[in-house]
Amino acid sequence: MLENKIPFIQMKSITKCFGKVVANNNINLEVHGGEIHALLGENGAGKSTLMNMLSGVYTPDSGSIFIHGVEKKFTSPKDAINSGIGMIYQHFKLVETMTAVENIMLGQKGKLFLDKKKNVKKIKEIIEKFGLEVNLDKNVYEMSVGEKQNLEILKVLYRGANILILDEPTAVFTPQESEKLFRIMDKMRTQGCGVIFITHKMDEVMAMADRITVLRKGETIKTVNKKDSSPKELTELMVGRSVDLSIRNVESDKGEKILEIEKLKVLNEEKLEVIKDISFSIYSGEILGVAGIAGSGQKELCEAIAGIQKVEAGEIYFQGENIVGKTAREIITKGISMSFIPEDRLGMGLVGSMDMVDNLLLKAYQNQKGLFVNRKPVAEKAEKMVEKLEIKTPSINYPIRYLSGGNIQKILLGRELSLYPKLLIMAYPVRGLDINTCYTIYDLINEEKEKGNSVIYIGEDLDVLIELCDRIMVMYNGEVTGIVDTKNITKEEIGMLMVGNKLEGDVANA
Amino acid sequence: MLRIVKKSEISRRNSIIIRTTAIIFALLIVGIFIFSLGLNPLKVYTSMIEGAFGSDLKFKKTIIKAIPLLITSLGIAVAFKMQFWNIGGEGQIIMGAFSAAFVALTFPDMPKPVLLLLMAIASVIGGGLWAFLPAFFKSKWGTNETIVTLMMNYIAINWVTYLQYDLWKDPKAMGFPKIPMFSDNAILPKVLGVHIGWIIALILVVVVYVFMNFTKKGYEISVLGESEKTAQYAGINIKSTIISAIFISGGLCGLAGMIQASAIANTLSVEVSGGVGFTAIIVTWLASLSAPIILVVSVLFAGLLQGGSYIQTVFGIPEAAAQVLQGTILFFVLGSEFFVKYRISFNEDKVETTKNIKEGQ
Repeated sequence: MLENKIPFIQMKSITKCFGKVVANNNINLEVHGGEIHALLGENGAGKSTLMNMLSGVYTPDSGSIFIHGVEKKFTSPKDAINSGIGMIYQHFKLVETMTAVENIMLGQKGKLFLDKKKNVKKIKEIIEKFGLEVNLDKNVYEMSVGEKQNLEILKVLYRGANILILDEPTAVFTPQESEKLFRIMDKMRTQGCGVIFITHKMDEVMAMADRITVLRKGETIKTVNKKDSSPKELTELMVGRSVDLSIRNVESDKGEKILEIEKLKVLNEEKLEVIKDISFSIYSGEILGVAGIAGSGQKELCEAIAGIQKVEAGEIYFQGENIVGKTAREIITKGISMSFIPEDRLGMGLVGSMDMVDNLLLKAYQNQKGLFVNRKPVAEKAEKMVEKLEIKTPSINYPIRYLSGGNIQKILLGRELSLYPKLLIMAYPVRGLDINTCYTIYDLINEEKEKGNSVIYIGEDLDVLIELCDRIMVMYNGEVTGIVDTKNITKEEIGMLMVGNKLEGDVANA
Repeated sequence: MLRIVKKSEISRRNSIIIRTTAIIFALLIVGIFIFSLGLNPLKVYTSMIEGAFGSDLKFKKTIIKAIPLLITSLGIAVAFKMQFWNIGGEGQIIMGAFSAAFVALTFPDMPKPVLLLLMAIASVIGGGLWAFLPAFFKSKWGTNETIVTLMMNYIAINWVTYLQYDLWKDPKAMGFPKIPMFSDNAILPKVLGVHIGWIIALILVVVVYVFMNFTKKGYEISVLGESEKTAQYAGINIKSTIISAIFISGGLCGLAGMIQASAIANTLSVEVSGGVGFTAIIVTWLASLSAPIILVVSVLFAGLLQGGSYIQTVFGIPEAAAQVLQGTILFFVLGSEFFVKYRISFNEDKVETTKNIKEGQ
């Protein structure tokens, strides 16, 4: 049936190089109307490069792009939009202080005066047609992540897009929000749009996609029909060899209480309470997961324990000793290690312009004697780390800013682990990493558990949290809405806690 | 259509090529300008080089100009490495010179080595404190250091003007507003025909290089400059790092002031700084904050100044014209920084052309 129609998108033998790096090599992709086409691939497989060419950000070095059967040469994103291609980026491109309607109208060409009424009518029709949830008069800064994304989708649909590219749209969503997005995607499919769906989450691919194209190392490996495939096959195509996709289940005896937090209160710069009176504890040999929508107080909690953030009230006991008011350096020497991977990956913990040696030095130089820094032992450590964690870098003296995200993260985690911490706080350690590396990191975390150390793991992927952690603490708006045992909890139940519903009764509030 | 693309990285070789091309362009443009004045550009250029490095005496003059530039640039580099924009080199030089002058005029009869050492210490403290104030305001109230350091230049200049006209006015100068000359003991000796400042400067190049690259404090300054959050995370004491870095920065500028007052002016006057505090900012930037490169750039820069004044007398070019030359060279070199960081790509219809541009670079 599909063969008779002209495909919405045909990308033929696309090649794109950056300097000596071949990002895309002879890639072919075909997307039809009325289908959801998933694009799978590890980090650096070339998905973003390919999509950036489709949306006019880059120009291919060779190869051709046909939209609805007509060859196109995009020189700017505007050309792509005019051809009906709408890209929804992970980081929304909205003006925070404007309302939804103003954001949609922004940059529209045409008459001097906008016929607002007519436009609003058209917008409302689109909202209706695709089941979007957008309050047109609301300011963007008041919107939730889900609402902002709906607005982004509305914006491109309003501009006439019938081909939508969604770049990891569910990365920071609760299961409920993802569910809503999937219903919208489904509507797009029935309305005859072509949807390209980029994601790392295999269950979403299996739930939503019609066909799947797998990219590896800049090349198209295969395009398969979902119904003829399986997660196992897809992962193997992606990674290039068979992999074991399960997190080891490590049993360890719950030891003594290592960290106890009592009625912790933290204010942000605007003197607003970002952590409201939370209490919890963690035992040795335990992995405590922290779930919650981004910005629920996770960052402040990490920083408070690490001694970077001022504590307004409450106590933090580490091995029986109150560490509130201690300096960051003292806390590091006590054996608490904190690694926080912010969205830009470099915000805290690493210095982008410095090389690997100088970055490892960051936590080592203070233990060295004298006025001078000694780079020699650190360089040896760096060499070993490159080997052990398979970090891809031209040399250990290469500014880490130019490395890929995954390698940067490996350096950060490698450094923290090399300090043999008793308590490891890891926030978003697998943010944006490819499947293989993710599992390497889960293994590292489990190793720590086996050694009897404790880990606070702040994560986004609920499946992983449930599999990896012993208990999960859910945060909402600076409060703890529940601490649950992972043995008998579902994703949906955690999702409910993430949006502020507290646990009923006296369930497991340790 | 033109598009500006940020370069991810650039090899050392490419950046040298870009900067050299910029200088060649500048020389070409100025050449046209000189030609329009009715002179032969080639001749003017060669005599510029000759004027700067052509003879023993001329070379010494260039070195004398390079010394304060070099020391001040080293000081500014320390602050810039921490991303503290110290625009107050001028004021710090003057306050350093003032502190040194205070010692020199109070104890004129002290033995020479002791007096000079005391003057040097005083100048470092004077310049250091003058830089410390804006740093303190910044850490306490979040003031903008660029504005404060800049403003404090004028306070320093007017303070010395006041001394010159009133408080420290030399009664023997017949009403002329000047401060009394230093005693002979307060004047730096010469080594190989140039005052000993050149040796001090060379030692400082090594010291600053080692300090910034191999000491814990230097490392902390670099980390703090990149990200305060990361510094905090690593347990660096931010306040003490800021204070020590800025004190060193201002202290070095102050020392440059002492050298100028002692060896060149032989007294304190508002002219001791002579714009060095500002020129040094350009030198520091061009040398990308690296001590050894600062050494090279300040000598070349001093040569440009010296050569510029030489052609004024030889060719009768007005001073302003010589400054046009300096300005143009600066403009091109600073402008070339843009091409070091960005690449302009032409969006052509033909895909192949884009590819060629890619490969060509």
